[in-house]
Order: sequence, then structure tokens, then C-alpha cells
Amino acid sequence: MSTTAPAASPATSGRQGLPTAEQSAALRRRNQGRSRVRSVVFHVISLAVVAVILYPAVWMFVSTLKPSSEIIGSVSIIPTDPSLANFTKALAGIAGVSFWQFFLNSLLLAVGSVVGITLSCSVSAYAFARIDFPGRGLFFTLMIGTLLLPFHVVIIPQYIVFNQLGLVGTYVPLLIGKFLAAEAFFVFLMVQFMRNLPRELDEAARIDGAGHVRIFTAIMLPLMKPALVTSSIFAFIWSWNDFFGPLIYLSSPDTFPLPLALRLFVDQTTVSDYGAQMAMAVLALLPVLLFFLVFQRYLVQGVATQGLKG
Amino acid sequence: MRRRRKAAETRAGYAFLAPWLLGFVLLTAGPMIASLYLAFTNYNLFTSPEWVGIENFQRLFQDPNYIQAWRVTALYALIGTPLKLVSALAVAMLLNNSRRGQGFYRSAFYAPSLIGASVSIAIVWKAMFIDNGIVDRAGQTLGLPAGGWVGDPGRTLPMLILLTIWQFGAPMVIFLAGLKQIPTELYEAASVDGAGPVRKFLRITLPMLSPVLFFNLLLETIHAFQIFASAFIISSGTGGPARSTLFYTLYLYFRGFRDFQMGYASAMAWVLVLVVGAISFVMFRTQNRWVHYSGESK
Repeated sequence: MSTTAPAASPATSGRQGLPTAEQSAALRRRNQGRSRVRSVVFHVISLAVVAVILYPAVWMFVSTLKPSSEIIGSVSIIPTDPSLANFTKALAGIAGVSFWQFFLNSLLLAVGSVVGITLSCSVSAYAFARIDFPGRGLFFTLMIGTLLLPFHVVIIPQYIVFNQLGLVGTYVPLLIGKFLAAEAFFVFLMVQFMRNLPRELDEAARIDGAGHVRIFTAIMLPLMKPALVTSSIFAFIWSWNDFFGPLIYLSSPDTFPLPLALRLFVDQTTVSDYGAQMAMAVLALLPVLLFFLVFQRYLVQGVATQGLKG
Repeated sequence: MRRRRKAAETRAGYAFLAPWLLGFVLLTAGPMIASLYLAFTNYNLFTSPEWVGIENFQRLFQDPNYIQAWRVTALYALIGTPLKLVSALAVAMLLNNSRRGQGFYRSAFYAPSLIGASVSIAIVWKAMFIDNGIVDRAGQTLGLPAGGWVGDPGRTLPMLILLTIWQFGAPMVIFLAGLKQIPTELYEAASVDGAGPVRKFLRITLPMLSPVLFFNLLLETIHAFQIFASAFIISSGTGGPARSTLFYTLYLYFRGFRDFQMGYASAMAWVLVLVVGAISFVMFRTQNRWVHYSGESK
């Protein structure tokens, strides 16, 4: 969109009068040359930043193929004797629970989060964006307020209540908030998206006699697809990475999602087996990395629009 | 007729808002009131809460661990957040052109923001910074003293700050979107007037970007107060060595969910809410001094 404005030097272009054809050709040539140099400089710097940024990730991947002694002792990025032994150890799991059980637990929590968040947040966002009722402004302010609220202030009473209800150790405390639109980020994202959809659509539908339920399901939801996709991907990844929630609510290893399993794995491999730890870390991260590779455009756009409309 | 229509709208509004309303009452407002009450009690989950007045708050500020938790968290937020935002802005400006590869770089730089807070990355970070690990060896060739960062109380905070800077991608994407909104005519006009890159940055880029800067600063500061998984994993769940990674969240977790001092932990939570609230308030109040909103972009 915005090219770096070719800095026409005042000496050649002159503020009064247009430059002659000869002058402008020379200027163009000079700018072209300069732009090529700039392009090279841009790529050199960018690639250097990429190298620094991606180094830990690359290092993590190659480390899975090395024995632990070589991970710590050697600086070489290429393994001397690559082997998949670390993955065998990682897939065996920990505490009598196989890796796939942890994987399944994570999947269950993540899919539950996605379903809950898309349902509850889209419905609530519709109320904020399209229905006029008393109290809407106040509730909207409160909803934005919860974006800034540190979660610590609600976590203790929540824990106490779930404990008294006998739900600690189940997935209910981890999922109920997703079904009750408790993550304001998603509500906000969807409200902003819906506000940009043309009003004429629902007005026309209303004249035709459609109620809010019809308008929401038949008009809004299909148009909201990009916002729903972005939300779903974020909901999946955040649930997949969540550590604090499972840490306080779950205690039995066979219910652990991957982050907790990883922590257990690190704690129980007494002589730090970095190779196996890396392998498990990579396996735990794979779905997130795949999601990222496939959907990176949605993710980056989601962040950009969410930020701008603030 | 009109009134009936209005009542129907109100009913529909509340019906559609029901999930959020229920969640707000049950999971936010209710618990907040409960935690305010608990902050004035001693409560261990097993016996009923015992009212102690402001004792918890008095004890907080005599608790050396609590003071330490604030010290670590404040240092982390004060140093980490600006460094992260400066890197984010610098890279966003680098990428703000229509050269080829821009999309690739943007995605590559954003990736760490998605995975940075995960346990996997905390494990990788720990292995990289451990004694005789890859960073230690690289550091030695640059003349840094030998020894791992993980076990050195003086170097754990820098290690975690590096981890947060590494995740500059999210604010960068927001900066980039903001940069694209700045009309190029402004820069062209400034060029004609003979302004150099520094003048252009100070007079055009920064003011035009200030709403986005404000947003990023607020969000990243609040995020910084909530660091947990990486500190927990890197210190093996101890907040060590020598309490050097005893972040606010970690200490709250220890008090509340390990020692079951729910009253004490609630008092901690409320002090944090007040501090974060005060920071947000000050930022919003001083906004008109440095945040420049043009037209209807707000």
C-alpha cells in the first residue's frame, strides 16, 4: 500500500516548475538504483531478525534428534548421530499414562473451548451490536472492563465454589467460562466485526417479518465467518497452551492435558533428560504450529483489526 | 404499539445477552464480591472464614516474600514492556513497505507470540540458558562470565525479559496496521519541506501512531503482570533461585493453592486489581497529553 516515498531531492526536482524529461529520467534511474540497494538492505536486516527469532524453534527441533549430552554440551546445530529415540521415550508418556491420552485430553478441552466460545460469544455479540435495549451501554462498558481485569481476583472464589460443588478434578471449571462468554476478547472481536456489516441487511429482513433469531442465524452467522474462524483458531490455541487453569483444577494424571503432562515429565525425569523433554515439547506444540502454518493470515489479521478498533 | 415493540426488543436483547450476563454475574461480579469479602478473613477451605479486618493487608506489607514478588514483577513490567514495544515498533517500521516477502516476515515474527507463553517454550528456554547450555557458551565467547542463567539469581530476570521481548510479534502486527493508516501524503509533504527521517518519525509517525501505542502499552503492561507458566517451569515451580522469579502470580498461587490461605491470597489479588486499575486510570487520564486522535479514527 504505502511505498516508502521516493525522497525526491529538492535540488533536482525543484519546488517551482516541473523537471525536464531528461532530469526526471535521471531521477528515476537514481531512485531505482537506490530502491534496489534499499531492498537488499531490507532483506538482509529482515532475514537476520528471522534467524534470531526462529533460532530457538530450529534448535528445539534439531535437539529432539540428539542425545541429551550433546544438547547441552555441543553448540553445533547439526546432530552428529541423529536418532528418534527421544520420541520413543516421549510417546511412552509418564505416570502410566500414554502420550496419546494427554493429547486426547488436550483435544477435548480445546474443541470444547472452540464450541463454547463460538456459540456464546457470537450470540452475546449480536445483542451488543444489533439490538437496542436499556442497559446495553453499561453492559458493554463492563464487558470491556473485564478485558483489563487481572484474572487473579476471580480465580480464588471460583475455585472455592467449584470445590464445594465437587467439580474440582473435572473439566467443568475449565470449560464453563467458554460457554458463558467469559472471554471478553472474543465478544469484543465479534462486536467490532458485526458493527461493520451493513445495517440495511437486517432492516430489510425485519421489514420482511424476520425476528432476531432468524436475522442472527440466517444473515449474521454466515457473514461472520471470518470472525468466527479467527476466534476459533485463537480459542483452540489458547486452550491448548493453557497451564494455570489445569494446574489448579486437575490432579489426576490421566485427566492432564499436555502442558501439565509436560511439567510432570520434566519434574520426574530426575537426571534431566533434555532430549526426551524436547521431543515431548515439540509433540505438544505440533498442533499449534500446524494451525499457525495453515491459518497464519487469519491470525495476523485478527490481531491487527482487534488492535486498531480499540 | 410502539411500546410493545420496544418491550420485545428489550426481551430479545436480554435473551441474546443471556450467556454473557450469566457468565458476568456468576464468574466475574459474584466472585469479585466474594474475594473482596475473603480478603478480610482467614479461610483455609476446610473451616469457615474467620473475619480478621484489615489484618491480611497489614501482613502483606510486612511479608518479605510479598515485597519481593512486587519487586520482581515491577522490574519485569518496567523493563520488559518498553523493550518489547520498542522492538515491535522498530520491526514494524522495517516491514512497513510493499517489498516482496513482507507477508512472510510478518508471520515469522508473529509466531513466537502464539507459543511464547506455553510450557513447551519454557522448557526450551530453560535448556538454552542452563549451565554449559548454548547461550552460556555463546556468552562466554562474547566475554560474559561462565555459568548458567537458570541458576543465577542475577540473570533469571534478564532471561525472562528476553523471553518476553522474543514475543514482540503481537504488538508489532498492531503497530504495522497503525502505520498503514498514516497517509503517505504527510510524509511527501514533509519531504518537500526538507524534513529528515528523524523529524518525520518524531513529528508524523509517533503522533499518528499514538493511539496504537497507547493501546499496546496498556495491553502489554497488564499482560506483564500476569506472567506465570514460563516462570513456574523455569524455576521448577519454586520461584527460585533465591526468590528471583517469585512473580506476583506465582506467590499468589503458592499462598492460595498450595498453602490454602485463601484470605491472604484474596487480599493479594485485590491489591493487584487496585494497582492495575490505578495504572490504567493514569494512562487514560494522561491520554490527552500525548495521544493524538485524528478525525473519527477513535
